[in-house]
Amino acid sequence: MTALGSIHDIPLGEGRTYAVDGRMVAVFRLRDGSLRATQAVCPHKGGPLADGQIDLRQVLCPMHLNAWDLTTGCSLSGQQDLTTYPVRLDDDQILLGE
Amino acid sequence: MKQRLVVIGNGMAGARTVEEILARGGDFEITMFGDEPYGNYNRIMLSNVLAGVEDESGIFLNDLSWYADNGITLHTGTRIERIDRAARVVHAADGSTTPYDKLIIATGSRAFVPPIPGIHRPGRGYHQGVFAFRTLDDTRAMIRYAKEHERAVVIGGGLLGLEAARGLQNHLSHVTLVHAAGHLMNTQLNEVAGATLKATIEQRLGIEVVVDGMTTEILGKHAVTGVKLGDGRVIPCDVVVVAAGIRANSEMAAESGLAVDRGIVVDDQMRVEDDIYAVGECAQHRGEVYGLVAPLWDQAKVLADHLTGVNPYAEYQGSRIATKLKVAGVDVAAMGLKEPEHEDDESLTFTEPRKGVYKHVIIRDGRLVGATLVGDVRKYAFLMQAFDRGLALPEERAELMFDLGGPAGEVPVADMADDDQVCNCNGVSKGAICSTVQSGCRTVSGVMDKTRAGKGCGTCKPLVQRIVEWAAGGEVEEDPAASYYVPGVPMPKSELMNAIRLHELRSVSAVFAKLGGQEDAKSKMGLASLLKMMWGGDYVDERDARFINDRVHANIQRDGTFSVVPQMKGGVTTPAQLKRIAEVAEKHDVPMVKLTGGQRIDLLGVPKERLPEIWADLDMPSGWAYGKSFRTVKTCVGSDYCRFGVGDSTALGIALEERYQGVEGPGKMKLAVTGCPRNCAEAYVKDLGVVAIDGGKWEIYVGGAAGAHVRKGDLLTTVGSAAEVITLTGRFLEYYRQNANWLERTYAFVPRVGIDRVREVVVDDKDGIAADLDAAMDATVSTYRDPWKDRDEPATPGQFRTSLPLTVLPQVPVRA
Repeated sequence: MTALGSIHDIPLGEGRTYAVDGRMVAVFRLRDGSLRATQAVCPHKGGPLADGQIDLRQVLCPMHLNAWDLTTGCSLSGQQDLTTYPVRLDDDQILLGE
Repeated sequence: MKQRLVVIGNGMAGARTVEEILARGGDFEITMFGDEPYGNYNRIMLSNVLAGVEDESGIFLNDLSWYADNGITLHTGTRIERIDRAARVVHAADGSTTPYDKLIIATGSRAFVPPIPGIHRPGRGYHQGVFAFRTLDDTRAMIRYAKEHERAVVIGGGLLGLEAARGLQNHLSHVTLVHAAGHLMNTQLNEVAGATLKATIEQRLGIEVVVDGMTTEILGKHAVTGVKLGDGRVIPCDVVVVAAGIRANSEMAAESGLAVDRGIVVDDQMRVEDDIYAVGECAQHRGEVYGLVAPLWDQAKVLADHLTGVNPYAEYQGSRIATKLKVAGVDVAAMGLKEPEHEDDESLTFTEPRKGVYKHVIIRDGRLVGATLVGDVRKYAFLMQAFDRGLALPEERAELMFDLGGPAGEVPVADMADDDQVCNCNGVSKGAICSTVQSGCRTVSGVMDKTRAGKGCGTCKPLVQRIVEWAAGGEVEEDPAASYYVPGVPMPKSELMNAIRLHELRSVSAVFAKLGGQEDAKSKMGLASLLKMMWGGDYVDERDARFINDRVHANIQRDGTFSVVPQMKGGVTTPAQLKRIAEVAEKHDVPMVKLTGGQRIDLLGVPKERLPEIWADLDMPSGWAYGKSFRTVKTCVGSDYCRFGVGDSTALGIALEERYQGVEGPGKMKLAVTGCPRNCAEAYVKDLGVVAIDGGKWEIYVGGAAGAHVRKGDLLTTVGSAAEVITLTGRFLEYYRQNANWLERTYAFVPRVGIDRVREVVVDDKDGIAADLDAAMDATVSTYRDPWKDRDEPATPGQFRTSLPLTVLPQVPVRA
């Protein structure tokens, strides 16, 4: 379990990238207040997923607008699936991992 | 208990209606009666079976397991003889009775066999060698008999007759087609089109065609030996195929006391009377009995909506019939009128007899009311849309018949190989599109979403559409979302704007909450743009609704870095400005410095976290090279230096850019001003282009493009002063902002609305809204603030924090 910092570092409805043990993880703060974490790099052409637009279900890569389900990591547009990570909130601290 | 639904007829109409009902989750106990001893098959394909290009097994739509899987009781080979409306049961020929709560009659039609002497033999049905062409059994018998004989006569020169003639050629050596009317396909085509078709069929296929040929007798004692025509001529033959039209199977309904005219009379819900409905070729709706498949699909949907309660008020409004067919190997398309009716109907005709090409369009009050194409149907999709939706037509009427200045001729979809690349942006092949359609996705937008075909520059969209239509065999489903402004809110733009005003929705999340139900990432950017335009300073800006480019005021590049393009009004710069840019580029190790097509300088490869610092060092305004917004005004050197220039294009370009900088809209707005008609600034191919002409005048062109789509703009008007250019530019852009669909560039918007209509509003102020448009644009202009000034404090936490991977992938090479 890794503490990534305050939830207030991520604006509502946006994502930010964190380096965790040499991996890049994109953490998203959904508009219902919940968090999701996925690999940060788009498997299609390496786009920065944390710069993508999201809703309660999906993230769109800003490069070519491919879509993934934020919870399962499943591609919604015929690309490779994303690795997802468990993430939760403890007070206002973001905790990544089991 | 479940309601009992009984369907009389297991043809295309009956089965399709049941499919539609099941697709809507309709909960009925369904029983179907079919006269023929088979599952449901595609009758249209019988001509392919006859021609030997399709196997019998390939034409079945639903095999018997489909009925079992869906819990449907199917009685094949069972004819219903009577409906007892009082007892609510149907009586079958085998003596059984079946009760119903809802009843659908889909008995279709049968071949019309004219009462020609000798066509029947008493007690034997048709004379030996005479066939109708309607069912699978007819087709089988015809093939078997034709193989052992030599000369056939087909009676009837409509679609079915032509197909029969073509198919019979595969089985015997000589085919003559006898048609009673003066030209072929007289229901759909005018005389010239029919004659063109006749010439092609005779020359290319070697089928002999006799028009004005009334068959008066079938000759032959034991078997057919010939047919005799009204003029006394005898055509020797041993096979006769009758394809003289169809008649609705409505006798059973009539005998059961239902209202029958030429077909079973139905209302807009396909209702004959309470709980009894009719669909397909046996039904007569508003005086029309349709003999084509497209109206049947529409009827099936309405009836399914109504019966399942998905939309109890669904109404069938009749179908605008447009047909595109390959008739005996010749492409034929027809819609609406065959001939002009009124004196002031415009009509255009093109004929090229050597190639068997005939094109004819009829225009009334600026709208397409009829079109006929023979031998070349490439413009069908375009004409069909114009006809169906009543779109404005191109000023250059010839564009209705030909692709002028567009890409080279289209390749027929059928001729493309499976691995031919269709979408060159996302690398999608024809095969990938077809397999997506075959897996059940039948809307163009659905296929585009799944494969990403057409989601790049968008130029291949028409081709993607054609492939989907081809792969779906004409069963493309209309995507209701195609008319929505954004996919996540089910409303077209004008309706959406009214709702936003009515409920005073000032933020994207408020729109979703009130109108969309669920937040949708794909809709956020379009809504943000719309709300900002509508509310200006009162817009509640939620940063997550912005695309990354708009969050950081720079254009994201393939490696996740950004490009920085400072404003350079009219493409005019100074040594001091150039020095400053050079210093900044050196200081920040900018990997690439490039001149843009919009006459500016692009600093590429800037990391996100460096953006505010670079803006500060540049201390120049944003050039907006990242937004769906007003971009640049390209200019030529104009009258100051150029010896040809007749107007000061540079000064006007700068003035335009100064006023309209950063104005956001549904799409990019690229402008140009050129000092003479030599057009060095390429003003003819801009969203709005201004051309100086002699006499101190300026021409304004709108709707041009020179990107993935190339189009010369339409002349909006010619004015006498730069001030008028500035006013009309603002008014046109505001009209575009308020009325164009999301991401609809002016090159699509102007032709859609029609340049005449644009001129009426923008120049002539026919609607009396010019002052409102000007005021709205004034308000936008007066609240403009350069986004690069907001650099001292990030707008959100980590606005400029890197989102890049540790290793930058892929690495963009630095050019020396």
